[in-house]
Amino acid sequence: MSDPGQTPELFLDVRGIRKRFGDYDVLAGVDLLVPRGSVVTVLGKSGTGKSVFLKCLAGLVTPDAGEIRFDGRALDAANAASRAEFRRRCSYLFQSNALFDSLTVLENVALPLEQTTQVPNAEIRTRCLEALRQLELERFRDQHPGQLSGGMLKRVALARAIVTRPELVLFDEPTAGLDPLRRNAVFEMVAKYQRQFGFTAVLVTHDVPEALAVSDRVALLDGGQMRFQGTPGAFAASEDPAVRAFRDSAGALRDTIAALRRGETVLSEDNL
Amino acid sequence: MKQQTKLELVVGAFVLTGLAGVAYLALKIGAGTLVGGDTYLVSAEFGNIGSLTPGSNVVISGVPVGRVEKVSLNPKNFRAIVDLRLEKAVQLPTDTIASVKSSGLIGDKYLALAPGADAEMIAPGGKITEHEDDVDIASLISRFAFGNVSPDKTEKK
Amino acid sequence: MLRILGRSGLDVVGEFGDFALFTGRSLLAAIGSRKLGRRIMRALYEQGVRCLPVIIIVGVFTGLVLGLQGYYVLNRFGSTSLLGDLVSLTLVRELGPVLAALMLVGQAGSALAAELGIQRNSEQIDALETMGASPLAYLVAPRLIAALLSFPIQTTFFTLVGLVGGWISGTLVLALQGNVYWSAVFRAVEPADVRECLLKAVVFGLLTTAICAHNGYNTHRRRRASGARAVSASTTRAVVLSSISVLAADYLITSLLV
Repeated sequence: MSDPGQTPELFLDVRGIRKRFGDYDVLAGVDLLVPRGSVVTVLGKSGTGKSVFLKCLAGLVTPDAGEIRFDGRALDAANAASRAEFRRRCSYLFQSNALFDSLTVLENVALPLEQTTQVPNAEIRTRCLEALRQLELERFRDQHPGQLSGGMLKRVALARAIVTRPELVLFDEPTAGLDPLRRNAVFEMVAKYQRQFGFTAVLVTHDVPEALAVSDRVALLDGGQMRFQGTPGAFAASEDPAVRAFRDSAGALRDTIAALRRGETVLSEDNL
Repeated sequence: MKQQTKLELVVGAFVLTGLAGVAYLALKIGAGTLVGGDTYLVSAEFGNIGSLTPGSNVVISGVPVGRVEKVSLNPKNFRAIVDLRLEKAVQLPTDTIASVKSSGLIGDKYLALAPGADAEMIAPGGKITEHEDDVDIASLISRFAFGNVSPDKTEKK
Repeated sequence: MLRILGRSGLDVVGEFGDFALFTGRSLLAAIGSRKLGRRIMRALYEQGVRCLPVIIIVGVFTGLVLGLQGYYVLNRFGSTSLLGDLVSLTLVRELGPVLAALMLVGQAGSALAAELGIQRNSEQIDALETMGASPLAYLVAPRLIAALLSFPIQTTFFTLVGLVGGWISGTLVLALQGNVYWSAVFRAVEPADVRECLLKAVVFGLLTTAICAHNGYNTHRRRRASGARAVSASTTRAVVLSSISVLAADYLITSLLV
């Protein structure tokens, strides 16, 4: 893949995002390039500000500095219209799903159309039933979120995200709290519907192998900056120490355990 | 769907009975008149009405028949004018005596009417001419305490 | 010291401004919000139907106690015929609006603050924002509008039931004649008293609901706590501030009207 900086297909162009909480620089100038129609994954350890970064994109957190260009237009606090347009064309999948537990599955999926558009009620209903059908959720449409399992909830949240036919979907740790099988299922789901609906996806996760499998581009957030941006192939081959540490963490654990079994003292708490 | 209609039903019942309650409170209890029926006004003049105020009871033989509507001062002779609102069913002969009384020693003041025997009745807006002033209990007690409660002294005052 | 005082003073002024903006924006945001009626219906269910038992129970007992105490005091002056005046005016002017509002704060207000706090924590409010839907219009406005209706109604129920309570203790338990009590009630209450009663109920409804919603909504802004503790702190604060504001507003309205 060529350097997307020069491609005209750049959908989201993020430069120099900074965010400070108290005395701590969570984001110290983060860049991210997202070509149209691609799946971009931001990897990083827990607590490196991946979610904060995604929330900056979504407008839930106002960055202290930096520029976000969406489809060629700058998004900033002063320009409310550009933000409104961004919200209309973008969906956000929360780590906690953020479904309304007082509403049924169908009502949850209908919520964005009902509250943000003038689409007639009958059409909302057909579109929601269609989305539920595509995600194989029809059977659960009158159930409440409390009655469903974690993986199912993720599907409902995805249905709610795609029902507005967004061009960009932001996924905040879509696999958090799921077992490995469901984790795979979620990544499959992302890949499948990304192709089916043709949206651009930005994922934040720390599941390296799965991310490498589904992504067109991978970025590594570490120490408040993007330590790596490129194709999965380049990530797998990178010799950058931060990339290696993250990529080979499973192997590193094996080594550490083996060392412990041999009775050696191992100190790697700096990673905590 | 079924749950939805049930919710609407319960809320609707709540709001309707609630509004009926508000209407009852505002129009019946808070109407500021006697329960039902027409009323008319008469007035009476007193030298002293004590602490008689608008809202005080008007009774005949102890039965409430109306209330004091307004208390004002006649600027010519500096006497108190009391307007009474009475039930229409109660017609007063022209020689009715109005007197200010207290229930108990220091209880609230009310206006007692003692209907006379005249054949003619007081018309709405008319005037009760016979009256008895409030007995000033405080001065009565002080005079009693100082031992000069004699009929002639009271008369002189 | 001076700096701390100044800063907390500024905080209070800022909080007041934030609260006023929050309430105003919520009411404005309601305009044109879809399916608002259904959400108002749900809010009416929470503030109305669900709170009715506590309103009725507390109302009856308030009336009973007023009747009992009032009778013994009035009996000393031979003015037990005034029991109806005492019970009805006390209920209509003061205890009805105030106690009903306090009960509603305890049941519906605390639930509202906790619910919004949890919705804030579980990112449901953020979810509405990323959709481009106004959380104020969706979550807060229906509660405020419902309060305008439910508080006067609940206050009326409380007052009427309280009058019956006063009648029970005055005539059934003690030796007053029923028609003496009721004619005193009907005679004593003026239109102005009912206006005062309903005005107070509307003001308390708007005020306490907005305070509870504001505290729950801003759970994430709590400095000393987060998560479940922040929700509990918000709920406590919502109930305490609402109760104080009910009594303060009551004093203010009474002194303005009397």
